[in-house]
Amino acid sequence: MKAFAQLFLYLDETNKTNEKVRRLKEYFNSVPDDDKMHMLALFTDRRPKRPINSTLVRTWAVEVSNIPAWLFEESYHVVGDLAETMSLLMPENTSGSNKTLTQWVAEINEIGTRNEEERKLWLTEAWAMLDKQERFVFNKILTGSFRVGVSQNLVIKALAEVTGIEAPTLTHRIMGSWMPETYSYEQLIQAQGAADDISRPYPFFLAYPIQETSEKRKAAADLEDALGEPQEWQAEWKWDGIRAQMIKRNGKIFIWSRGEDLSTEKFPELHPFLNDLPDGTVLDGEILSFSNGLPMPFNVLQTRIGRKNLSKKILQESPVAVIAYDCLEYGGEDIRTKTQAERRVLLEQLQAGTEYPEIFRISELIKFDTWEELEKVREQSRAMIAEGIMLKRKKATYQVGRRRGDWWKWKIDPLSIDAVMIYAQKGHGRRADLYTDYTFAVWDGDKLVPFAKAYSGLTDQEINKVDYFVKRNTLEKFGPVRTVKPELVFEIGFEGINKSTRHKSGIALRFPRILRWRHDKKKEEADTLETLKALLDPISPSPDEEA
Amino acid sequence: MAKPLLEFTDRGIYCEQGRFYIDPWKPVDDAVITHAHADHAYVGHKRYLAHHLSKEVLYYRLGEISLQTVEYGETVMKNGVEICLFPAGHVIGSAQIRISYKGEVWVVSGDYKTQEDGVSTPFEPVACQHFISECTFGMPVYQWKEQAQIFNDINSWWYSNQQQGLLTVISGYSLGKAQRILQNLDLSIGPVFTHGVIENTNEALRRNGVVLNPTTRITADTPKDEVRKGIILAPPSAIGTPWIRKFAPFSFGYCSGWMALRGAKRRRAADRGFVLSDHADWDGLMSAIDATGCEKVYLTHGYTASFTRYLNEIGFDAREVHTLYGEEEEEETHPNLPNNTPSKSPPKGETLTENGKPSDRQVSPLGEDLGGVK
Repeated sequence: MKAFAQLFLYLDETNKTNEKVRRLKEYFNSVPDDDKMHMLALFTDRRPKRPINSTLVRTWAVEVSNIPAWLFEESYHVVGDLAETMSLLMPENTSGSNKTLTQWVAEINEIGTRNEEERKLWLTEAWAMLDKQERFVFNKILTGSFRVGVSQNLVIKALAEVTGIEAPTLTHRIMGSWMPETYSYEQLIQAQGAADDISRPYPFFLAYPIQETSEKRKAAADLEDALGEPQEWQAEWKWDGIRAQMIKRNGKIFIWSRGEDLSTEKFPELHPFLNDLPDGTVLDGEILSFSNGLPMPFNVLQTRIGRKNLSKKILQESPVAVIAYDCLEYGGEDIRTKTQAERRVLLEQLQAGTEYPEIFRISELIKFDTWEELEKVREQSRAMIAEGIMLKRKKATYQVGRRRGDWWKWKIDPLSIDAVMIYAQKGHGRRADLYTDYTFAVWDGDKLVPFAKAYSGLTDQEINKVDYFVKRNTLEKFGPVRTVKPELVFEIGFEGINKSTRHKSGIALRFPRILRWRHDKKKEEADTLETLKALLDPISPSPDEEA
Repeated sequence: MAKPLLEFTDRGIYCEQGRFYIDPWKPVDDAVITHAHADHAYVGHKRYLAHHLSKEVLYYRLGEISLQTVEYGETVMKNGVEICLFPAGHVIGSAQIRISYKGEVWVVSGDYKTQEDGVSTPFEPVACQHFISECTFGMPVYQWKEQAQIFNDINSWWYSNQQQGLLTVISGYSLGKAQRILQNLDLSIGPVFTHGVIENTNEALRRNGVVLNPTTRITADTPKDEVRKGIILAPPSAIGTPWIRKFAPFSFGYCSGWMALRGAKRRRAADRGFVLSDHADWDGLMSAIDATGCEKVYLTHGYTASFTRYLNEIGFDAREVHTLYGEEEEEETHPNLPNNTPSKSPPKGETLTENGKPSDRQVSPLGEDLGGVK
């Protein structure tokens, strides 16, 4: 654990990539193999299940810290991280521990089966033998909130340098649902061992955004300059669903969503067509809810994802289908190195052979000869229930992760509205002890109605100024939330808007964020609820979320 | 009930009986100053009273002022009210002000720390009935380590940078932290080069008879190769400016109590954050308040709400008071204050950068986002 805690501290302390890679390599080279795998698991979001619920952990932490519970809560709001708060408030450790990361994770996994008294004893003893930094990392693992300021790419880079295996290969081998207890370092570095898992998905290829700001739009001429001849590209709609990889191997099917969640059971509608595919097929596409052959807005699908059990009603109201746009494995062969155009031919063949064309759909190619033409087509995105356009170079291979060059997403401009900030709350992580999470309101007559929360979009400097304002213009405090004097106006951008019974305003926004601070506007000049409602999608259904 | 000896007004802490203010933020006739930081020592008062060791710094920062200075323990009478200064341990020349009249005793502590820093005269508890305290770090998550341990870390970081041929830049505000760092650096590793703002303060302190380790002011003529052999001591405001960028590459260490929290540390984005503060930590505040034996505690700045509530729960009679302290001196107060809108221009002769402010966020040029596409 000492080495792991130290690694965490080093990574925390530097913002230089080379230095991080150096520290990661140092770690890989100095710890036993099972620790390497546990570290990889933690660094790729494969955390042990939380063995003790956080209320109990908090209660015991308050006891150990010997302060009133309210002061513990206030401290938490200042620190913005529960694991860190607990480690700071507890007294210095009285003894030490030489247990490895693997041993600690094993204990965490095991303690979940014990009774409360045994858990408490184990936890308080653990706290007493770990120093502050170890305790912090341990708490992070224990509370299931382990995150690290290092991208998976960087970890892979370091591992690639240590093992001599290429990064894309390693990225592929750490995909899927492996556990550090059963997937050994030896298996990872031996090609044979890694191929054993028939459920293993390929790393997703992610498009880079063609970015636009409200000041600057990309004109067709810019695209021409940057992308070259339109003939070299294929264009598709950018569908607003769940990115998924669908696998059929050895008679078994697997559905992976982008967050690397195995979600086969969440989409039973897809099973017949997947079972029907030849063995050794992997498709990439978007899962969406459909109604009468037309895709529905994302929020319909969203209400369904949240459910533990899929009721008949849900399956009837928002049946899903897939719009496939790529084929990564064909006839048991990894075809990611073939070109986009070649893979497209194979995908079309597969789709032509399906008996379920309503469920296994294919992403239509948009015909265009000039960038001007495509620019016009893009304007229809919203009507198509699409987020914009995808551009894929016909010669592109299927790459690993977000890469510039061959796949671009050209999103439509967000919808936007001017709103007044009315509540503020402190953020977490690097925004701890700063008011960074805001609630915005629009006018409904002479009242301000909250309609959205947004956390991102301001620069650090702007955040400091808003924080300064909040601290001096607080009207009321409700726990961590402050009611703020309505004064500051912001332009809020969002991707979509739907009716909602859950919100006071009667609407819910998709991806709200702050586009800019409207210093030039007074609160009276903010928009009204009426304006906002006018943006409602006319075909948007109103899911009864409370039902 | 008789009026209390001190009251909190919109100009500052006021003693009506003695007709003077303590650390007022609006112009008054008579101001008693706890220490020379900008949020406590404002310009524009007719007469100033402060500790002897604050003299040259006050002249340097405020210009020609009418200033009377005293030693710790020396008593000054104003309209029958007794004023006496005691060490606050915050920075060189910082004082707690003890005010007494007919048996009523108040202590205005200003900013203070209970830990000895080897530079400022160590904090001394002063018995009183009414204690006016700061609580900048008045949350139990703030617990300082021994200073020796911190400087051990700082010196070994400097040494290891030097071994790798990397320049070291360490940052702390110019009055207090800078001298504390200077006096505790291991000068066998290399010489210390200072940013002009810090050197101006050093010179003022030296004029005041304070003995400081040798430093070299960085000027346009200072050879960069010479600087690279040592360490640069710079104020936080210099970080990110063209002035400091000239010395890249370097490892940047930042000294502040705020570095105790990961979030603040990550925001600061220093290569190393050292938890070094000139304010009392949680235990320091508790012990200081307890040692006064006071009946009432007034909290002026910091986490006043929580701290007051806690004090009341454990049996003190505490309340929050509104002041403007803790708002101006760079980075010794909360790091979230907007740093680009100074409410007061820097002292005469202090130019922070050569070419002005750090550049604004850049707007990406047209087509730039398409990056590597040729």
